[in-house]
Amino acid sequence: MKAIAWAYLAAIYSFILLPVVVLVVFSFQDGRLPVPPFQGATVKWYAQVLADRDLLAALGNSALVAVTSSAVALVLGFLAAHGLARVRLPGSVLMRGLLIAPLTVSYLIIALGLLNMFNQIGLRPSLLATGIGHVVINLPLCFAILYAAMGDHQKSAERAARDLGAGEVQVLWLVSAPMLMAPMAAAFFLSVTFSWDEFIIAFLLTRFDVTLPVEIWSMLKSGLSPKTNAIGSLVFLVSIMVVGFLELFVFRRQK
Amino acid sequence: MMRNGREHRLGWGLVAPALLWTLAFFVLPFAGMVALSFARMEGRAIVPAFDPGNYIRFATDPVMIKALTNSFEITLVVTVISILLAYPLAAIIAFRIPPRWQRLALLLAVLPFWTSYVVRSYSWLLVLGQNGVINRGLSWIGIGPLELAATRAATVIGFVHFFVMLLTLTIYANLIQLSPNYARAAADLGASRWATFRLVILPLTLPGVVTGAFLTFVLCIGDYITPQILGGNNELTLPQLIMLQLGRSGNFPLASALSVILMGVVTLAYVFSAKWVRLDRV
Repeated sequence: MKAIAWAYLAAIYSFILLPVVVLVVFSFQDGRLPVPPFQGATVKWYAQVLADRDLLAALGNSALVAVTSSAVALVLGFLAAHGLARVRLPGSVLMRGLLIAPLTVSYLIIALGLLNMFNQIGLRPSLLATGIGHVVINLPLCFAILYAAMGDHQKSAERAARDLGAGEVQVLWLVSAPMLMAPMAAAFFLSVTFSWDEFIIAFLLTRFDVTLPVEIWSMLKSGLSPKTNAIGSLVFLVSIMVVGFLELFVFRRQK
Repeated sequence: MMRNGREHRLGWGLVAPALLWTLAFFVLPFAGMVALSFARMEGRAIVPAFDPGNYIRFATDPVMIKALTNSFEITLVVTVISILLAYPLAAIIAFRIPPRWQRLALLLAVLPFWTSYVVRSYSWLLVLGQNGVINRGLSWIGIGPLELAATRAATVIGFVHFFVMLLTLTIYANLIQLSPNYARAAADLGASRWATFRLVILPLTLPGVVTGAFLTFVLCIGDYITPQILGGNNELTLPQLIMLQLGRSGNFPLASALSVILMGVVTLAYVFSAKWVRLDRV
């Protein structure tokens, strides 16, 4: 039994890690194709990536869209979660359902709907259009995480603050928000991850200023290249570093 | 009473921004899309109408029906295989690996999440392609080359790779919440290990599994990237067909109708699994 478990672990981890290992190994390929045999190591593809203006611009665009749209989604989600958790409103079940609904809809459908609407009101495909779309997909996430995190403990602290004469803005800013720091950080970084990696909305709603996934997509058309491996490996490295940083300095300290 | 009114105003004020955003950029575009799906194309112009022509075209065009069945079959196969692979992995991590190593084991199991989605599909091309790792390996022992890329199998492998990671996380989260007392009690009452699993552990984790399966279904059936990169254009899925309508002919009404159909399929899946799926617990 034990041997079977270990054999299974070995097999499934090989399956999971195989493409990433191949990706990283052949990003150092000294040759034109990132496939075996390995012809020796070079970092020239990394140099090419770092010298590619279009790629770097796309990287900047992605970062801008990810941070801005996640911040908007976080604020909207926080306010809504606070409102629905604290005040008994008529139709609150319906409103919760409506706010969560975009989670169950394919990104492609959200993108197509927005593309069509933006066409009609004359908003050109742009980073702004993409950002609006990314708020739509991340708002349910932020709302759900924060709504689930607002417990009775929180409620009584807010009531105490109000009894001591705090205004509503003060309660939000000085009591609710700091108490929810960990779930807020989780919601924000999860949103950033989703937006950063989102393809189809960005693909349909940008034209000249594109995001990183769209730029990588257009590079795939020219076939396999170690340069694409190098970009993938860099994205991987940066993500791992960010995750490691969060794990060590943000989330660990909360526990 | 006075206080209640103020409370209500405050509540509405807090909820309003998120609600308006969702109405303006989610509900409204979706309603627009449904309306557009009944419009007509005359030349390159879109003429508003109430014409079910796009739906009739879908129902009578074998290529389009085939795209739907392709999507459906692929999604079903992917969901089943992913659960069968992820459940044992999650169980081994939760029950066999010492607690202090579990975090590391999980982190390793979802490591490829952290490269971009597009790149992850691409990296499977390096493994499955004509000169890829597998074919090179096979040629060493004198077999091949096999036609692996640009097939349905490649699409399924790419999807399974992604969803095994996702499901391992959700199933692990369910398993770890189970008190070990259940298994102990079952064992005390004379249940074998298999009986304990089948009669106690599995039913208790079923809601989590179904929720994960539903998530897999929704994400898989709506995905354009994986079938486009790994499956190629030999065998279209519904999202590929939608993108084709947009790109090649600019046929927004037909693309909208196909999207409404895609949405309908997802809704059906939800209705079927609604008994167990708890979206608020995802």
